[in-house]
Amino acid sequence: MPRPLSIIIVEPDRDRALLIVDSLRSAGDFDIQVIAEPTSLARQIQARQPDMVLIDIENPSRDMLEELALASGPQDRAVAMFVDRSAEGLSVAAIEAGVSAYVVDGLQPGRIKPVLDAAITRFRMFQRMRTELAETKRALEERKVIDRAKGMLMKARGVGEDEAYALLRKAAMDQGKRVADVAQALVTAAGLLG
Amino acid sequence: MNATTLSVGFIPLVDAAPLIIAQEMGFAAEEGISLDLRRAPSWSSLRDMLSYGKVEAAHMLSPVPVATALGLGGAGAPLSAVSVLSVNGNVIGVSQALADRLRGAGHRFAFDDARAAGLALIAAAGRGLRIGVPFPFSMHAELVYYWLSALGLPAPQSVVVRTVPPPLMGDAIRAGEIDAFCVGEPWGSQAVEDGMGELLLPGSAIWAFAPEKVLAMRADWAEAEDMLRGRLIRAVWRAGRWLADPSSRSLAAEILARPGYLDLPSDILDRSLSGRLVVSGRGEERSVPGFLTFHRSAASFPWRSQAEWIGLQLAARTGLDRAAAKAAAARVFRSDLHRAALSGLTASLPTAASRIEGGVSQPTAVPAEAGRLILDRDRFFDGRIFDPDAA
Repeated sequence: MPRPLSIIIVEPDRDRALLIVDSLRSAGDFDIQVIAEPTSLARQIQARQPDMVLIDIENPSRDMLEELALASGPQDRAVAMFVDRSAEGLSVAAIEAGVSAYVVDGLQPGRIKPVLDAAITRFRMFQRMRTELAETKRALEERKVIDRAKGMLMKARGVGEDEAYALLRKAAMDQGKRVADVAQALVTAAGLLG
Repeated sequence: MNATTLSVGFIPLVDAAPLIIAQEMGFAAEEGISLDLRRAPSWSSLRDMLSYGKVEAAHMLSPVPVATALGLGGAGAPLSAVSVLSVNGNVIGVSQALADRLRGAGHRFAFDDARAAGLALIAAAGRGLRIGVPFPFSMHAELVYYWLSALGLPAPQSVVVRTVPPPLMGDAIRAGEIDAFCVGEPWGSQAVEDGMGELLLPGSAIWAFAPEKVLAMRADWAEAEDMLRGRLIRAVWRAGRWLADPSSRSLAAEILARPGYLDLPSDILDRSLSGRLVVSGRGEERSVPGFLTFHRSAASFPWRSQAEWIGLQLAARTGLDRAAAKAAAARVFRSDLHRAALSGLTASLPTAASRIEGGVSQPTAVPAEAGRLILDRDRFFDGRIFDPDAA
């Protein structure tokens, strides 16, 4: 029985880190550590000698890990970005999911795969959550703008809320635009006119 | 006409200007292309986006494609540098504590003498000096290694060069992780603004004509897409020429300052564009001619000898075979593709593809394909030259 793979996860957000750890644990028996602090990241990793390092592609500290590829001291183990040359395209899938893996030199691909599969699934979920959050924020912003435009129309034309919205919708349809865009134009123009 | 859209990755730095300006000022549209500019979170991510085809071209540290060709870092997809986007533009800064010690020892922060500044730094910080650079494969790292080892501080025995992403450089100084840094603008000026330290030297004081960023593409894409490649090279070259006009400067700073690009006050960006840098918290200003060059002296031309110099420096540090590294590096800087794209324009390009680096001590006319070409001073601070045929 080989000893469990040692994996370091670089993730400043505690909740996210826990979710990643959970996913990996369900994929096998691993020795997992989390590093949250970017200070001297490369040296922290060197000191712990992991088999694998996982980091979010959006994390600017990632550049520090590139130094590990140059580790050339007698005790250092060279760690390089994981590049698979198999047909499965794990690297591409990982990049698309937003996770990057650094793997110690000479580790068998068969031992990496379950870890990466689990990480990729988890990071895809993060990505979906990020997209949804951005979408929700945008929708909220648009509703605020439409409400402001409605309010301006109600005041300027002395109409009710429903009628103000109908005016906006008609203008949008006539111009082939979205209601939110017409509302934004109205709010901007009103801002300029003072 | 429907413009073909090319996705191009960049890191938010002043020297991404040729790409941003190519899109914003219509030089891309003139060539029938549109640039979808994508801001990347780190150099390693940008390199991977390029390697895996998420972007078609990228703003890239000049040593990265060379390092990739040498098998150092990355996914190994061969990359080509088809233009140099910018020459020089880095600064070396020291922590406030170290700056105070340097002043105490009589250093005047003249900002023009790499030997004097280096010797003063070594005397004040001594062995074990720790310097932060943005990436292991960067002109920043190369300049620091070259400068300090020429002055008797070889790495890693007597100086530690560490990778610290520029946004985290301030934290690293406050945490006592590093004593000094070499970064591209606006990070040097931002460091002064934040009271994090003082600027000691511009990169150009170490090497007067250092290729800083390149326009990189996947080698197979560059070969296959000769039309698009040519259009992009021309659009970016025209943007560089526009940027070189002093009257473009304030507009350029305004455009770069926008939230989608650098998202910083334009007056900070103007410092590097004008070469007038504020070097200390007391507002002392230093003027550096050629601080950041986009166009003069055939700046966009990717000299094979530049790639060979980088390749040999990397090989010496990592113990790779010199001859093989030099040959592999030479294939990365595609002066042939650059020349082909600009033929028929008014570009003054050299007839040679290689030159003696560090050999021009005053502006010198050289044989050019069209018009006149004056090469600016390109000296190394210690007067050494790099003759690629003799190396």
